[in-house]
Amino acid sequence: MARAAVPGRLNRGASWRVAQLVESREETGTARTLVLEVPDWPGHTPGQHVDVRLTAPDGYRAERSYSIASAAAGNRIELTVQRVPDGEVSPYLIDVFSVGDPVEIRGPVGGWFVWRSADPAPVLLVAGGSGIVPLMAMVRARRAAGSRVPFRLIYSVRTPRDAYFADELRQRARDDGGLDVSYVYTRETPDGWPSAAHRIGVADVNSHGWPAELEPTCFVCGPTGFVETVADILVALGHDSRRVKTERFGPTGG
Amino acid sequence: MGIVSPGFQGRPRSSQPSLPPGQYLTEDFPVLSAGPTPRVSLDNWEFVVTTEAGAEHRWSWSEMLALPNETPTVDIHCVTRWSKLQTNWKGVSLDTLLAEVETAADYALVHSYGGYTTNLPLEDLLDGQAWLVHQYEGGELPAEHGGPARLLVPHLYFWKSAKWVRGIQLMLTDEPGFWETAGYHDYGDPWREQRYQGD
Ligand SMILES: Cc1cc2nc3c(=O)[nH]c(=O)nc-3n(C[C@H](O)[C@H](O)[C@H](O)COP(=O)(O)OP(=O)(O)OC[C@H]3O[C@@H](n4cnc5c(N)ncnc54)[C@H](O)[C@@H]3O)c2cc1C
Repeated sequence: MARAAVPGRLNRGASWRVAQLVESREETGTARTLVLEVPDWPGHTPGQHVDVRLTAPDGYRAERSYSIASAAAGNRIELTVQRVPDGEVSPYLIDVFSVGDPVEIRGPVGGWFVWRSADPAPVLLVAGGSGIVPLMAMVRARRAAGSRVPFRLIYSVRTPRDAYFADELRQRARDDGGLDVSYVYTRETPDGWPSAAHRIGVADVNSHGWPAELEPTCFVCGPTGFVETVADILVALGHDSRRVKTERFGPTGG
Repeated sequence: MGIVSPGFQGRPRSSQPSLPPGQYLTEDFPVLSAGPTPRVSLDNWEFVVTTEAGAEHRWSWSEMLALPNETPTVDIHCVTRWSKLQTNWKGVSLDTLLAEVETAADYALVHSYGGYTTNLPLEDLLDGQAWLVHQYEGGELPAEHGGPARLLVPHLYFWKSAKWVRGIQLMLTDEPGFWETAGYHDYGDPWREQRYQGD
């Protein structure tokens, strides 16, 4: 029965396809958005990811997962990749991979950390760093579906320059109606910001999230330490842990 | 098959130890789970094996510790592609826990505190292949890694090594668990790259 929740995506997801980079733009000093054209893309649900496979001339391969940043639209998907210094795959995708180049991808993958526009529950999104990527897909899909489901996004970044999608989020918070965006800065705040730089804590989640009584679906994504902290706070604030969905990127971080 | 990625060399490789295909080595211990970390008190902790006939076999924390413990050193492989070699654990072999259990079941559905489940063929839990572990690298198992106790089934992808384990339900028919229902493979052999349904 539970299987019905993942529509016939599974087997389609299992095969590798050759995608082509059609556009690449700088997101921040350390992140790039890659626009891929994927023949016969089956569509995706926001929150899903793809696996990307690189092959060296000697046959060596490396695979990593990247969340899809875009709402479903035809045969194009967007990934937003953060450079991990000393990384094997992310520096290639940011510095070497060029418009016109092919890349193998497989997906969409993942049926748990997803938001479906038919779900009427309010949504709380909490992102740390590049953890914004799958949550941005949800914000974009909400807009594409013309949904009025109330969304709140709390986005933790080191400095204002590290925020992904800043202009678009500003515009959506103004135009989309029912989307609130708030920031937590961990290293450096904008001028005149009312609080000092700090790591996300109970007060941030309490004042910018939803009260537990409203039974929001919570999506938390970022480095492990961040996700642990936020998920614990949400449970302490009375949110049912079954409605707190988490995705962790990157190293242990704590 | 596969296409060469223009300009991709890969990380300099020397004599890498033999890893399952598609895996890379990590020294970290990454944490992956679907939701908040459950906190389970040892006073309330129990481990319950339920047979297909409904018979229950229960162990409290102290009863579990009193069983013969083993200290396996094993390689672990996560479906998100990290592998970690030579990890040290302490716990009770599933052979010990299941020794007195009468069953004709072929399948096991593992249940965790917090609601997580995962399925395995029962034979993959037997013959020295699986443990209920409560120590990692000589210390108690941290909650984010599944403490107070988790399953350890190193020959399958690590999501089968259920964290915060509370019991095993023995069944005559297979039933997918949490990640399996969300699109991951029913069996999960790292050497055959059984990551997703259909692999
Ligand atoms: C489901 C899922 C979705 C993901 N989505 C995205 C996404 O949308 N955007 C994105 O940029 N990344 C995402 N990631 C992370 C991505 O898969 C890679 O782990 C990341 O790009 C690093 O790969 P690499 O080959 O460059 O570094 P590696 O060669 O794998 O790692 C080099 C060193 O960096 C450390 N490291 C690995 N990952 C990180 C990290 N994320 N931050 C800091 N240090 C790290 C490692 O421990 C290692 O020491 C996602 C991961 C998962 C599991």
